[in-house]
Amino acid sequence: MKNSILPVTVVGGYLGTGKTTLVNNLLRAAAGRRIAVLVNDFGTTPIDRDLIVATDGDTLEISGGCVCCSYGSDLMERLMTLPEQRPDVERIVLEASGVALPGMVANAVTLLEPYRIDAVVVMADAETVQAQADDAYLGDTILRQLTAADLIILNRCDLVDDAARERTMTWLAQQAPDARVLPTSYADVAPELLIGLRDGPTPRRQAALQAPGAPDAASLYDALELDMPPDIDLQQLGSRLAAPGTGVLRAKGMARDESRGIAALHVVGKRFAVDPAPPGATPTKLVVIGLRGHLDRNAISNALRKA
Amino acid sequence: MSTSKITIFRARRILTMNPARPEATHVAVRDGRILGAGSLEELQGWGAHDLDDRFADKVLMPGFVEGHSHTSEGTFWRYTYLGRFDRMDPDGKVWPGVKSIDEVVARLQEKERKLASADEPLSGWGLDPIYYGDRRVVRADFDRISTQRTIGVMHASGHILNVNSRALELAGLLRTGLNHPGVTLGSDGLPTGELKGPEAMTLVGKHVGFDREVLANDEPGLRRFARLCVRQGVTTATDLANLLPDDAVSMMQRVTGEAQFPVRIVSFRRFQALTPEQAVEIAVGLKKQATDRLRLGAIKLFVDGSIQGFSARLRWPGYYNGAPNGLWYTPPEAIAQLYRLALQKDVLVHSHTNGDQATEMALDCLDGALRDQPAPDHRFTLQHCQLADAAQFRRMSRLGMCANLFPNHHFYWGDQHYETTVGPERATRMNACATALASGVPLAIHSDAPVTPLGPLFTAWCAVNRLTASGRVLGTSERISVADALRTITLGAAWTLKLDGELGSIEVGKHADFAVLEDDPLEIAPEKLKDVRIWGTVQAGRLFPAAGA
Repeated sequence: MKNSILPVTVVGGYLGTGKTTLVNNLLRAAAGRRIAVLVNDFGTTPIDRDLIVATDGDTLEISGGCVCCSYGSDLMERLMTLPEQRPDVERIVLEASGVALPGMVANAVTLLEPYRIDAVVVMADAETVQAQADDAYLGDTILRQLTAADLIILNRCDLVDDAARERTMTWLAQQAPDARVLPTSYADVAPELLIGLRDGPTPRRQAALQAPGAPDAASLYDALELDMPPDIDLQQLGSRLAAPGTGVLRAKGMARDESRGIAALHVVGKRFAVDPAPPGATPTKLVVIGLRGHLDRNAISNALRKA
Repeated sequence: MSTSKITIFRARRILTMNPARPEATHVAVRDGRILGAGSLEELQGWGAHDLDDRFADKVLMPGFVEGHSHTSEGTFWRYTYLGRFDRMDPDGKVWPGVKSIDEVVARLQEKERKLASADEPLSGWGLDPIYYGDRRVVRADFDRISTQRTIGVMHASGHILNVNSRALELAGLLRTGLNHPGVTLGSDGLPTGELKGPEAMTLVGKHVGFDREVLANDEPGLRRFARLCVRQGVTTATDLANLLPDDAVSMMQRVTGEAQFPVRIVSFRRFQALTPEQAVEIAVGLKKQATDRLRLGAIKLFVDGSIQGFSARLRWPGYYNGAPNGLWYTPPEAIAQLYRLALQKDVLVHSHTNGDQATEMALDCLDGALRDQPAPDHRFTLQHCQLADAAQFRRMSRLGMCANLFPNHHFYWGDQHYETTVGPERATRMNACATALASGVPLAIHSDAPVTPLGPLFTAWCAVNRLTASGRVLGTSERISVADALRTITLGAAWTLKLDGELGSIEVGKHADFAVLEDDPLEIAPEKLKDVRIWGTVQAGRLFPAAGA
């Protein structure tokens, strides 16, 4: 069933930060969900060969019903025609070019009615991000990319020691205080953080929140499943969960909304949205994911009580 | 001995741009090429000939070379012209500048009455509301014309589009809650109809007649562009950023190959959504498809955006009004790699840099690439390069780089640059033609048509006088002489295209390409250079009177 509103995950970050690896990881974890990946160009093969089942001009068919399209300078044009060309697509992952400002890209997407920005994700290279931010040419672009992020994926942490990683985390917290930072390597991130939780009575997670290829990734995350009181104000709940300090990376839940029937709340870091739920949806539990040890359970329970 | 016919043209004066014989009275032509320029007596030695007196009271110059234009100037004339200044269309009709928003509306109303079908979009171009005070153009202005059909008017800069309510409605933008810097909102929370930047413009463009698919591969537009070239004395013109899909290449080959097509088109492949490797491979392939009148195989690269759009990359201290720095359009790694590969394969690259930081980046990238891949005669050119300072010109000279500067900006946006974008000091050194020449940088100057009107003599006038629309002089020390300006619009531009061996001056062996002028640009007062009347052109020996274009 086609969603009426298509969530868009914008993936930004400079060259070499791991955007392509991240996108490939997401496609491997799509598990039947139909994702359209939009990339600036097919220059350096954007998709692992084993995932591609067919190539047709500026479109690659990906196993499992996903698709990858290049947009060049015509992102808006591509987004305008996509829902008609691919009515089966449920979600968009938009890979911005290395010098693009993902905040501006996300802003442009908001002009198109069928889309909703789900998250702005910016990749950073743990080894080089601070040096890049000092670069005379690129520094301000890198910082503008980072400050627009809901989630910063601090990638390639395997290349630095713990102390260096902590220094970079502290620096990022100063530069982009509103963003949630996820340290990782090989762009290994629990896919539901980026492409969302599935619909269902309890919004479904992948088994044990495992990131592909990382057997111990589950230990990185905590997840909560909480009952939502009837007649809850999802807008208010969203703004509380998205507030600084809750530790929420992603949350989802559906509830009855007096004016609009069933509505769905999506939270990613500091961003939240309340959408009409897909037809036939029923109220669900609230599922919350955060970094292990960083979820403020009291704040989250309070948010549910007061909302 | 050749049996082809020789024609010797007599002229009042021939300005050859050949320092060995800078002036002549006669030029001999055979097979579309120049046998020689000199006296009748000297040229008679070539044998039997016809003596053609039709230019006896006219001045001949090498055909003008427009080193930075877009054939879309021809496409835009399908829309209603609404610019502030008089502009000649391909038919030779001069459209008077529009002096107020009411006049804009009146001209659109007049056009609207002539539209046959009720749902045909009404489209205009060239709007420049900065000349109409603080009042912005809003959708209510155009709703006075029609609320049934869509109306869209492109600004002169090409970066803003004004539309009516119907167009907003069809684009799904007539709603509250929008939050985008490119969509101006009114006090009612609805968009005012002023849409800035490519994203917002793309959404509405196809509803108001600016559909990208229509604009690409526009055969009538190419023909109109060619007629404009004849009227402006241009015999070689660039089409500086084309994606050149196969169907466009075959259309351009066919049209430019027609016996009466009057201009040589140099079309550059735009570097976009490609790796440097792919771009260079495509350019090498295109080079093989080139013909005499359709030159292919060079690459155009965008490093940054525009100054008046605040998307140009500036060095410290940035924009005068405090606007944040602009945008990079291509990462430095890709620029450096493109330069290196292009040098290796002898592919010409012209790079758009408006801000001085973009210029600096391009210089750094070429500097590095030349160390890996020395290439003594690459002719890589910085296009616009508007804010370069003296040190950057010296560096360009050392790296063998050419500059194609944009003096038309002084006239159209010089006041805005002085007051808002870069402030007085940098506004007065912008497009530093004199510094470029003094530094030994090969120099061309351009119109960037359709951004400003195609017309090399007007561009030369801008470089010579450096006047703004309000009459302010921007930097007398950067003025160049008429003689230097005339050289930049002929041999100078030809050099940046690696065509100086075959055109750009009137001398033996070169194409018989002439600008035929009624007035002598060296005799007329420098402040009247733009008013030199143009009879038409001779291109490869073929005569193209403007009156018949």
